Amino acid sequence: MSVRKTTRATGASLAGAAAGFLFLAGAIAMPWWAERWGENWLIEFLYTLALAQGWNLLAGYGGLLSVGQQAFVGIGGYALVMLGVGWGLDPFVVIPIAGAAAVLASIPMAAVLFRLRGANFAVGTWVVAEVLRLLIANDDALGGGSGTSITSTLMGIPVWWRISITLWIALALGAGGTLLVYLLLRSRLGLALMSVRDSEPAAATLGISVRRIKWIVYLAAAFWTGMTGALIFITKLRISPDSAFSIDWTTTIFFVVVIGGIGTIEGPIIGTIVFFLLRSALADYGSWYLITLGAIAVFFMIWVPGGLWGLLTSRFDVRFFPIQRRVGAGRAADTAS
Amino acid sequence: MSDWINTILQGLLTGGLYALFAAGLSLSFGVMRIINIAHGDFAILAGYAAIAIAGTFGLNPVEAMCAVVPAMALLGYALQRGILNLTLGDDVLRPLLVTFGFSIVIQNLLLEGFSADSRSLDSGTFGTASLQLGGNLAVGLLPLTVMAAAVAILAFMQWLFSTTLLGRAFRAAADDPETVQLMGVNTRHIYAMAMAIAMAMVAVAGVFLALQTTVSPTDGPEHLLYAFEAVIIGGLGSLWGTLIGGIVLGVSQAIGAKLNPGWGILAGHLCFLAVLIIRPSGLFPTARNR
Repeated sequence: MSVRKTTRATGASLAGAAAGFLFLAGAIAMPWWAERWGENWLIEFLYTLALAQGWNLLAGYGGLLSVGQQAFVGIGGYALVMLGVGWGLDPFVVIPIAGAAAVLASIPMAAVLFRLRGANFAVGTWVVAEVLRLLIANDDALGGGSGTSITSTLMGIPVWWRISITLWIALALGAGGTLLVYLLLRSRLGLALMSVRDSEPAAATLGISVRRIKWIVYLAAAFWTGMTGALIFITKLRISPDSAFSIDWTTTIFFVVVIGGIGTIEGPIIGTIVFFLLRSALADYGSWYLITLGAIAVFFMIWVPGGLWGLLTSRFDVRFFPIQRRVGAGRAADTAS
Repeated sequence: MSDWINTILQGLLTGGLYALFAAGLSLSFGVMRIINIAHGDFAILAGYAAIAIAGTFGLNPVEAMCAVVPAMALLGYALQRGILNLTLGDDVLRPLLVTFGFSIVIQNLLLEGFSADSRSLDSGTFGTASLQLGGNLAVGLLPLTVMAAAVAILAFMQWLFSTTLLGRAFRAAADDPETVQLMGVNTRHIYAMAMAIAMAMVAVAGVFLALQTTVSPTDGPEHLLYAFEAVIIGGLGSLWGTLIGGIVLGVSQAIGAKLNPGWGILAGHLCFLAVLIIRPSGLFPTARNR
């Protein structure tokens, strides 16, 4: 009998890492080889992925069902209005500050909302997002209910640089966010997080402070979603309270994560791809597009709760982001002993 | 001074409508432990259904309500039995996301069928008639009717829960779904019955809403939030607390709107958050916040 090393790596994860590096290199170099519509498309893809990974961490791993992530998208967007348009700060410098602002706002929010459990917490987060929307709609300095233009922040920046930097930051938020979630889950904190996801009482018996974990996850998701919110509105010309604090952000996130597979890292990636495919296929059908999305989400939640990724892993043993350790390679389990 | 009293009086009566919305939400949460995210959208659906059949068959609002309420109850039974029962379990995520999906589907079906224009159900002279209380005070007959309906429905619920076999099954299923099945109760049927009653109440609320004001296809979520706030302010599981919660919400909205037209809804939300900070279990706590 020989001693076998445990490893997390799988064939798929090594191939996936190689493909990931190729994708990253190609994406970073996009300003030099791609058309502008391609870059804009990838930016949108990446910020949707960033939002989805943030919510997946929150709901899929932390068990915090938020229906109010649009609160942080809106805070990010309005940080851009306040600091970029108002104070004349560089819009890209505003992005990390927007994240910090979202964290700052999320502390009192969590303190109040953590008094509610489960589904009640969910609706509570929605109320808080509505409160923020109404506060800003009542503030004439920020454009009031009809919103305001944000083009002035981007005036001095040459178009090529504007789109290139937006793309690189989108890569950091979308692809980087995915990688960060992966590294987080492989850490000690990640183990605690997954045990909380699987069973809160059991995690608590093992000495994990469930409350502390929830705080960390809530603030982390707020930070990431706030930064993403600022980036989203850099790509738009206008902002209004209704668009920034729209439930539609959360609807998209729900769809992406549910279709892809909640509580997995691969799920949001697959979900985002499917979402974009469906959107371009159904673009001409108006309301029927959303009716279809809603019906698909209902279907998945009932009959395919693990999402497409869950379906795939139940048939084939593939993991692009392996979190658990396994023994040796190949048929180790049969022959060792 | 008298216009302030009037404001508070109107807010108080609006509370009746909110209590009607909240009663259905409270019932489905109390028995199945699920929050129906599409709760408000079902009310709007009922409102539109009443508008459509009143227009097509020339029915008056009372007749329209008599047609819509049983239809919505049937729909509720079918949805719970056919779909929502499949999502029950320890995971609160599944019913939440499924009803969220319902909400999107209903809103967009209404948009497709009725366009984005807001509509209302013609209430004739009754809708504008009011009762003079003297001293410049007047209350509309319609809001008064809504309040009376809310009180009647809550009294009915009280009777249902405390004296009937069905009510006992509701309470038992809420406390311990496994044991109650051992006692020979079909929980799938009981849950579907609870949803049918909740939907009937939602339908009453939706028809009254379409009578009192205008409805548009995307109004649903707003009413879900009011209903939810009324339930939490009143205290989860407290029947009459729901009425008080609705009234507190209605009055704070009316006072907010009186101070500044943009503050009405905001004042209601802030009042809810204030209750959550000061008395997290609501004004009349009974059930545990599970």
